[in-house]
Amino acid sequence: MEQLLILLIFLPLAGALVTAFTGNAAKYVALVSGLLSLAVGLIITAQFVPDASTQFEVNVPWIADLGIHFHAGIDGISLITILLTNVLIPIIILAAFKHEYPKPQSFFALILFMQAGLLIVFTALDAFLFYIGWEAALIPIYFICAIWGGKDRIKVNMKFFVYTIAGSLFMLLGIIYLYLQNPADNFEIQAFYQLNLDAEQQGWIFWAFFIAFAIKMPVFPFHTWQPDTYTEAPAAGTMLLSGIMLKMGVYGVIRWLLPIAPLGLNDWGSTVMVLSVIGVVYASLIAFTQRNAKRLVAYSSIAHVGIIAAGIFALNAQGMQGAIFQMLSHGINVVGLFFVLDIIFSRMKTNTIAELGGIAKTAPKLAIAFLIIVLGSVALPGTNGFVGEFLLLTGIYQYNIWAVVFAGLSVIFGAVYMFRMYQQIMLGETNTLTAGFRDIQGSEQLVLVIICVLVIALGVYPKPFLHLSEASVQQLLEQVNQKLTSVK
Amino acid sequence: MNIIITIVVTALAVLYAGLFKAKKALLPLTLVGLVTALAFAVTAWDTNIVYYGMMEMDNFAIAFSSLIILGTIFIFLLTQNYFAEHSENVAEYYTLILFALSGMVIILSYTNMSMLFIGIEIMSVALYILAGIRKKDFASNEASLKYFLMGAFSTGFLLFGIALIYGATGSFSLDAINKYLISNHQSVSPLFYPGMILIMVGLCFKLGAAPFHFWTPDVYEGSPSLITAFMSTVVKTAGFAAFLRLFGGTFAPLHDFWMPPLLAIVFITLFIGNVTALFQKNFKRMLAYSSISHAGYLLFSLVTLTGNSSNNVIVYAAAYTFASIIAFAVLILVKQKTGGDGFESYNGLAKKNPFVALALTISMLSLAGIPLTAGFIGKYLMFLNVMTEYHIYLVAFAILNALIGFYYYLKVIVAMYFKEGPEVELNAPVQYKLVLILSVIITLVLGVYPAVILNLI
Repeated sequence: MEQLLILLIFLPLAGALVTAFTGNAAKYVALVSGLLSLAVGLIITAQFVPDASTQFEVNVPWIADLGIHFHAGIDGISLITILLTNVLIPIIILAAFKHEYPKPQSFFALILFMQAGLLIVFTALDAFLFYIGWEAALIPIYFICAIWGGKDRIKVNMKFFVYTIAGSLFMLLGIIYLYLQNPADNFEIQAFYQLNLDAEQQGWIFWAFFIAFAIKMPVFPFHTWQPDTYTEAPAAGTMLLSGIMLKMGVYGVIRWLLPIAPLGLNDWGSTVMVLSVIGVVYASLIAFTQRNAKRLVAYSSIAHVGIIAAGIFALNAQGMQGAIFQMLSHGINVVGLFFVLDIIFSRMKTNTIAELGGIAKTAPKLAIAFLIIVLGSVALPGTNGFVGEFLLLTGIYQYNIWAVVFAGLSVIFGAVYMFRMYQQIMLGETNTLTAGFRDIQGSEQLVLVIICVLVIALGVYPKPFLHLSEASVQQLLEQVNQKLTSVK
Repeated sequence: MNIIITIVVTALAVLYAGLFKAKKALLPLTLVGLVTALAFAVTAWDTNIVYYGMMEMDNFAIAFSSLIILGTIFIFLLTQNYFAEHSENVAEYYTLILFALSGMVIILSYTNMSMLFIGIEIMSVALYILAGIRKKDFASNEASLKYFLMGAFSTGFLLFGIALIYGATGSFSLDAINKYLISNHQSVSPLFYPGMILIMVGLCFKLGAAPFHFWTPDVYEGSPSLITAFMSTVVKTAGFAAFLRLFGGTFAPLHDFWMPPLLAIVFITLFIGNVTALFQKNFKRMLAYSSISHAGYLLFSLVTLTGNSSNNVIVYAAAYTFASIIAFAVLILVKQKTGGDGFESYNGLAKKNPFVALALTISMLSLAGIPLTAGFIGKYLMFLNVMTEYHIYLVAFAILNALIGFYYYLKVIVAMYFKEGPEVELNAPVQYKLVLILSVIITLVLGVYPAVILNLI
């Protein structure tokens, strides 16, 4: 059993190494590696027993003198994020097929290297290992964005890199502190859960971790790196950042922050909730004013993540389940949106909304796919976005009615600006620029069909996925509540 | 002792070989000598031989000796044709480097203050000359003179300190001084304290720790790059080990007294090193300032004296040494091809030299302290060490500095990968490739599996 987890983590690494030496065939090798990882992910899902236990556990000493173990395992919450990663990576690789990147072997090797880092983050049960994975995912994406990005890429990515690494260094400080508090002298997550820290200590730990996660997600006011980085990144970079990487932050909050520092949450939860809701409203309002479609989607992503964060900090089963499901559906939808914008950009050389229009006339297939993805991201019933958003809003409602009023407002805002964008890009009369628009074909069609199927399938029948994480979420909440009540 | 003898005999043999114009034999001879010395060092493990109360080859000394001998071997591998450009008399330079090395082995293993002084002088005098080997070059002369004056000055401090401590304790022997401190803990002679502070100042001069760092950037920039590499890696490591031997061992009973001034030095060193490095436009000068900040991180190990202090230092020093050697090797290659060592000389380097660029990237990531490289483990150990006594403000400050570090270390990566430039091919010679490959392997192995050297001492 545990061999599967080893395979899951090291397969992308091996794939990256092979890809790095293949030259022009790199994209095919990378795709094969991605598909193999997906197969491993699906086998793991098939063998997974949906209860609260940690399965496929691997635990071997790594740097024994420092109490560091290679300890990883999968429970329901990890499984969803693993599925997300391994489904999206082949899609992202396939989406990059039409691009002629210089040095493709480095490009695809970095994507696979990042996948390994992400999978470590999503399975780590040792805080040190988690930190290693956290940084190992950052380095490749920095290079992807800074080598193959737009013209402002150097400055923008420097900000992105320094910003995120600042957050993670504070997390490292928190991890070292917890290690020193731990009488067992190790980084085991279970040992960290059991630590007896008072409210003040937990408050500090809470912020040390929260800043790292908040920068990654990003939660207002830590979001300032995000729109520029998304806009300047190459399409695959944007998809990796928005589709998978921001889920590292969400996952980190659920897996590490809540169970370790529930008292910190008790003291600061309302502050964070307010920040999240401000972020939702603020990002929605800014999204209205964007003239560049890529920036608009970037801001809408901040709004979506704000709702996810609020759902988690509401600390109830609906909010948490909604957050986990929404991670999955937001990942799929946002990758779809950025892919459509990339198709448009690679043909029209612009993402400025006002310059486009009438594309539906010349590209009906693209128009349908785009519509389905937009519907998913504005949470129309029957799409994947609806399930997550509904659960999230229910969860936030139980926490505070005012929070849900503002968060709910953003759903309406979201529908308005997304539809307006769709209308201005796709509908109306064609202009001189868009008259010659070619419809999608080949790999583009394949990617969009897969995404649309996922949008609808998850929306119509979300139960199996909700079921996967349900038991683990229950257990986690019990753990947190137990710790909270024992103090009160 | 046989380590020192081997090194000195090699030095003399090289000198004679130079006399008889056997130029081709110089490098092989030196390498054979150094490898023999390294073998002696490794086989002396766990023997703890004491030489007349003057030197002790304990595991601490052996581990550091091995590290500096290995570092010197790497630097010798980089000398191919390097000195020949500057002078006819290559043999002298080889000999001087070896003499400096023998001095360093002494200051790693001394158990007597007089040996500390002798070792430092053997090392320094050779380095003064080496800094000035480009006789016709103004900067090289300036570097040599500055280094000499500052070195002489700091030796004065050191000697004065040793004299005061002798006055207080009546002995040069570290053991006797330590026993004196333990038995007279409440009534330590007032001469002792200024003596200790003067020694600290003298050694900080040698290490280039702020506020005694003013000579470092000029000397490092003015000296030939290879000598700078030698000074900022091997010499720094040795100097630090000497510091640690004295303060971490002999003066440990007075930790509470010398810790506050040391803490102040750490703060200033980190801050000045990092902030000034940030504004450099020249890669070599940036490395010089960053080496100041690394001295600051190394001093962390003395802030909290635990059983692991010396081990932490060796991990950090190894990480720093091999990463710096990569950086200087590439620096020399680029300088030979483009004639400049500003950041703009690195523009577009990755296009034609993927391997060299990758090696330099790994080196920079290691110096910056990114996980999976040796530098991260080194920094992590230092943070952990300081956190055990909850100097959280110090760690937070160090983290801010590490952030500044990321910024300037990335500059050269940015130049190599993200900027357009003339696509020069470096055509690294075989020895350079060997050094780069070995250093990269060491950096990554220590980063991924540091257990190999974690519990050495």
